[in-house]
Amino acid sequence: MSRTGVDTGVAERPQAPRAPARRPSRPRPPLSREIVETRILGVLKWITIAFFVVATLFPFYYMVELSIRAIEDVALDPGALWPPRGASLAAYGEVLRSVEDGGQGFLVFLRNSGLVAVASVVVTLAVSILGAYAIARLQFFGRRQVSVLFLAVYLFPAILLAIPLFVFFTRIGLRGSLFGLVLVYVSQIVPVTIYMLRNYFATIPEGLEEAAALDGAGRLTIIRKISLPLAMPAIMATSLFVFMIAWNEFLFALLFLVENRENWTVSLGLSQLAGSVEVAKTTLMAGSVILTVPIIVLFFATERLLVEGLTSGAEKG
Amino acid sequence: MREGRRGRTLAQQEARAGIALLSPTLIVVLFMVVLPILWTIVIAFQSLRLRNLRTRLFDFQFTLDNFTTVLGSPGFWDALKVTLIYSVVGTALSIGLGLIAALVVRKPFRGRTLVRASMLLPYVAPVVAVTFVWQIMLNPELGIVNAVGTDLLGWKEPIPFLEQRTGTLSIFGLDLGVPTALIVVILYQAWRYFPFSFLFILARLQALPAELDEAARVDGATPLQRFWRITLPQLQGVIALLTVLRFIWTFNEFDDIYLLTQGGAGTEVVSVRVFNYLTGRGDIGAAAALSLVLALLLMVLLFVYFRFFVGRVEEADAI
Repeated sequence: MSRTGVDTGVAERPQAPRAPARRPSRPRPPLSREIVETRILGVLKWITIAFFVVATLFPFYYMVELSIRAIEDVALDPGALWPPRGASLAAYGEVLRSVEDGGQGFLVFLRNSGLVAVASVVVTLAVSILGAYAIARLQFFGRRQVSVLFLAVYLFPAILLAIPLFVFFTRIGLRGSLFGLVLVYVSQIVPVTIYMLRNYFATIPEGLEEAAALDGAGRLTIIRKISLPLAMPAIMATSLFVFMIAWNEFLFALLFLVENRENWTVSLGLSQLAGSVEVAKTTLMAGSVILTVPIIVLFFATERLLVEGLTSGAEKG
Repeated sequence: MREGRRGRTLAQQEARAGIALLSPTLIVVLFMVVLPILWTIVIAFQSLRLRNLRTRLFDFQFTLDNFTTVLGSPGFWDALKVTLIYSVVGTALSIGLGLIAALVVRKPFRGRTLVRASMLLPYVAPVVAVTFVWQIMLNPELGIVNAVGTDLLGWKEPIPFLEQRTGTLSIFGLDLGVPTALIVVILYQAWRYFPFSFLFILARLQALPAELDEAARVDGATPLQRFWRITLPQLQGVIALLTVLRFIWTFNEFDDIYLLTQGGAGTEVVSVRVFNYLTGRGDIGAAAALSLVLALLLMVLLFVYFRFFVGRVEEADAI
């Protein structure tokens, strides 16, 4: 455009004074590629957002919808998006009631999952706060190698690790115990939490700690009184992350606990429920809702914190 | 302790403190991860079964039998092929969807926080629950997908999405054989894991300097041109990193496929096969051998990727 303007500039100049005459109808901008693209992309953007929202939310809506319908009703009208013949919470009752009362005993599984998740959070934090602080702050031989070692852990499939742990726990009689499971979870998660916390510790200015050290505070006091309070957002995010992983985990729970029903976690209990023919799909969905709700509540309550904690450091690319 | 400190330099003190603070982590990782991995290598060369675990565990007679069993068994090469297809296509789809999702919510709008949160749901929800919902949605008798397909889309009969190894797809009069269950499992994997890429790409997008984009706009670059020439090149780093991470995790994936199909209908990936050796046949030695093959293969693939596709290995350091 600018080039043609220069080329014909001399010839067009006499016409210039005529421009004000056209003022009433403001000159419409030509339908340039810029405008076409902006308009099309503007529309496409909303279609895409709608698509993603429906695709991600619908399965969860469907889960809840099926859980409050009777199975006969679902078989009659599988396409209904709304319970056509009323809702009932009967499936939840069946899932939660203890086995003696003819239910599936999910209350016990909920307790087990909660115990395992909370214990994993506590132990993982205790271990990884110290480790992350050391890697972020202190110079020592092997510091870099340790970071590489932690990352290398993630190359190996969980199923590879499961084999020797399975053998070992079988031999020492820890298979079937929740304690063994917590131990496995901690070891699996620690490398990630170290990484998350290390990034955060690295952003805290060292001056405060140095001042405390000059005042004669010992290393552990510095960590407890200064670094920990400052790193609280990262520690919260890490705790939630660990809780979610431990609550959702399936493979190790299956391998270690399957023979010991009273120690089943919700994930394991649900997967075992699916195996039996007499359990209705709607009951399965009620179990799925029970398994999912704690995580979703936790997630929505802390979404911002979690997202920032997970991606801290990612901005640098 | 306090007296001891005086004799040492500050650097020595620091080194000691560093190792002391790191020791709980090191102990956990050493005993629960490093030693077990080494032990898997040992088991892979032993003829160890679940039933002779008590007597044979410390019977160190090494043999290559496990590897010949595992590599020569029917279905091994199929499992390898399925694993590769699943990881390559699954990785590409999940990153592609993540990129699109990040681009559309890049600029603020009303309700953006909720949209973003809902897009993360598939990733944070428990794997057992989401695989079961997918199973029921795709169920031939009870599922909503088949209900819609037969009622509204004119399918002649319901499609058993997760049980059908090969289906026929008619396009322009051509009957194409498609691996139904494998496609569904890959689509599921894209659905469940795109939020991970979405999260990281979005974080990177929002940290991009606005000046470059603005300068290109002033120079007359259209939105698409600005995306291809300005934005995408700046996302190269994070996409390369995501490719490596997602590929590793998809390659090693077990839960999702096991829960969706138990590895049936042409979806048996190597890790599901390892699991079946371990629990189904109780052949611990063979399971260990196969899992080693899986790990070695992944290392070779990653080596090739870094050696030939990524010039800059710093990406790995950035993790």
